[in-house]
Amino acid sequence: MSTFINQLAYGLADGSILALAALGFVLIYKATGVINFAQGEFLLVGAYMFYTAFVVLNLPLVLAVVFGLVVATLIGVLVERLILRPMVGENPISIIMVTIGLSSLLNALVQAFYGTSPRRQPNILPRGSVDILGATVPINRLAAIAIAAVVLTAFTLFFRKSRHGIAMRAVADDQQAAMTMGISVRRIFALAWALAAVSALIAGVLVGDISAVDQNIAAFGLLVFPVVILGGLDSVPGTIIGGLTIGLLKQFTAGYLDPGLATVIPYIVLVLILLVRPYGIFGETRIERV
Amino acid sequence: MAATATGIHHRSYSSELRLRATRAEYVRLGLLTLLLLLLPFILDNYWLSQANLILIAVIGAVGLNILVGYTGQISLGQGGFLAVGAYSSAILSDRMGLPTPIAILLAVLLTAAVGTFFGLPGLRLKGLYLAIATLASQMIIEFVIRRWDWLTLGQGYLNIDRLDVFGFQIGGRAVFEQQWYWILLVLASLSVITARNLFRTGLGRSFMAVRDQDIAAEAIGVNIPRAKLMAFAISSGFVGLAGALTAHYSEVLSWEKFTLDVSILYLAMIIVGGLGSIAGAVYGAIFMTLLPELIRQLSLGLGDSVPFIADQLPAVRNAVFGLVIILFLILEPRGLDRIWHRIKDYFGFWPFRY
Repeated sequence: MSTFINQLAYGLADGSILALAALGFVLIYKATGVINFAQGEFLLVGAYMFYTAFVVLNLPLVLAVVFGLVVATLIGVLVERLILRPMVGENPISIIMVTIGLSSLLNALVQAFYGTSPRRQPNILPRGSVDILGATVPINRLAAIAIAAVVLTAFTLFFRKSRHGIAMRAVADDQQAAMTMGISVRRIFALAWALAAVSALIAGVLVGDISAVDQNIAAFGLLVFPVVILGGLDSVPGTIIGGLTIGLLKQFTAGYLDPGLATVIPYIVLVLILLVRPYGIFGETRIERV
Repeated sequence: MAATATGIHHRSYSSELRLRATRAEYVRLGLLTLLLLLLPFILDNYWLSQANLILIAVIGAVGLNILVGYTGQISLGQGGFLAVGAYSSAILSDRMGLPTPIAILLAVLLTAAVGTFFGLPGLRLKGLYLAIATLASQMIIEFVIRRWDWLTLGQGYLNIDRLDVFGFQIGGRAVFEQQWYWILLVLASLSVITARNLFRTGLGRSFMAVRDQDIAAEAIGVNIPRAKLMAFAISSGFVGLAGALTAHYSEVLSWEKFTLDVSILYLAMIIVGGLGSIAGAVYGAIFMTLLPELIRQLSLGLGDSVPFIADQLPAVRNAVFGLVIILFLILEPRGLDRIWHRIKDYFGFWPFRY
C-alpha cells in the first residue's frame, strides 16, 4: 500500500508537469494550427533562463521568476514573428520541419552557452517528506502538483473569463469570423506563443528543481506527444487528463514492471490510441470537404 | 517548372516521354558520369569515405522523399527503419550464415514490411498526426534494439564481418573505400533511376494524387489505402537498403546510429534538397553530409580569431543545422533543386531577365 501511494505521488507530480508542458503545445496548435516540436526545448530554455537569473545573476526568487517570465514571453513572441509568420500558408510538413529546426537551434544555443554538464540550483520547492498512510512522500512532489494545479486553473479561468482568452477561443474556432469581429489574429498568434513559452518555463523550472538543470529536460518535452494525442490535440482539459494518465502509467510501469519499459510505454499507448481513436478523448473530429 | 523545357517540339510520344530532351542535358549527364567514374582516382581515402557516406545517404534520402515529398506523408521514423534494415541484414548474414546479397535483399523486404505496418495509422491520419505516429515508431524500434538481447546480443551493439559477396572479399585499408565506392555507386544509381521512373508509372502518379488532394484522388478512382501503404512499403524498402549498406560498410552497429536525430537529418536532406524531387534528394544528401565537414574546416580556419566556434564545435554544428533548415524553409521552400533550376534559367535567358 505504501509503495502504491508513493508511486501515485510521483506519477501525479510527473503528470501535472507534463500537463503544463502539453498546455503550451495545445495553445499553439489551437490558435495557430502549428505542431510545435520545439516544446521540449522551450522547457529547456525556460529552465536555463531561470537558472541564469537565480544562480548566475543571483537575483532574489521573485525577481528571478519575473525575469524568467519576461524572457519566456519575449522568446515566444520572437519565434512567432521571425520563424512562424513567414510560414503561414505552407504545407504541414514544412511547418513541422521548421519547428524541428527551431528545436535543434535552441538546443544548440543552450549547449553552447551552458555546456552539457548538469547544473545544480538551490532548492525552490520545500524539501523533506510527509507521511501519508504509511508512505513517505517528498514534499517537493506535492508542491509541484500544487503549483501545476494553480497554473492550470489560472489558464482555464483566463480562457473562460478574460477578453483575450475569449478572443483566443474565437480565433481557434474560426479565424476569418474572428477577424471580422475586430480581433487581431496576429496579436492572438503572438499571445499563444508567449503563453506557451510561459507554461513551458514553469514546467521547465519544476523539472529542473526536482532533478537537475540539464539537457534531459528537452527529452522530457518529447513526452508531450503521447499526452496530447491521448487528450486530444485541441483540448485544454484533455492535456490535464492526458498528462496525469501518462505520468501515472509511466510511474506504475517503472515501479511494478520494468524501469526501461517505462520510457517506451507512452509511445506504445500513443500508437494504440491513434489506431483506435485518432482524435483523442476530447479532441475535435475534423470533417474534410473538397 | 524549368524554363529550359520549353521551345522543344515533340514529334512522337516516345520523344515526349523521354527524361532528357535537349543535347545540353545529355552533355551534362555525360560529364556527371565521367566525374563519378573518375572520383575514386582523384580523391584520397578520407574524402572517398565521405563520398561513400553520401552515396548511402542518397539511397535513404531518395526513399524518404518518395514518402514525404511525393506522397505527402511525413515520417519521423527514418532512423528506426534504417535500423531495421541494418540489424536484420547483419543478423541474417552473420548469424544465420546467408550470403550477403540475399541477406540484404531480405532486409529490404523486411524493412518494407515493418514500414508498412507502421504506415497503417496513415490510413486514417495525415499531416501532423502521422508525424506523431511515426515518431512513436522511431521510439519503439529504438527501444526494441536496445533491449532485445537475443536480437543485438545485449546493449544494442553488433560487429559485422567484412563484406563477402560469393567469395569476393572487400580488401584492406588501401582499397577498402575504393571498392565500396563502386558497389555503392552502382546501387545508388540504380535507386535513383528506379525512383525517377516510379513516378512515370500509374502507381507513382497515384502517390502524387494522394499528396495533392486525397479526397479528389479517391473520387477519380485512385485506391487510397493501396497507394498509401505501397508508398510506405517502397519508401521503406529503399531505406532498408540504405540501412543494410550502412551495416556492412561500417562493420559495427550501435543503436546511437539510428536515433531520432538521424530521422531529422534525413528530413533535413529532402527539405534542403527539395521536397518532391529525386535530384533534390541527391543534392540534399550531398549538402547535409558535407555540412559538418565544412563547419569543421571553417572552425579550423577561424580557430585563432574566433576561438568560441572551435571550442563549441558540436553545439555550433547543431545550431547551423537548425538554422539551415529554418532558412531554407523560409527563403527557398523548394530547396537546392529550385535554386539549380533558377541558375540554369538565368544562363538560358541571358542577357534577358526573363
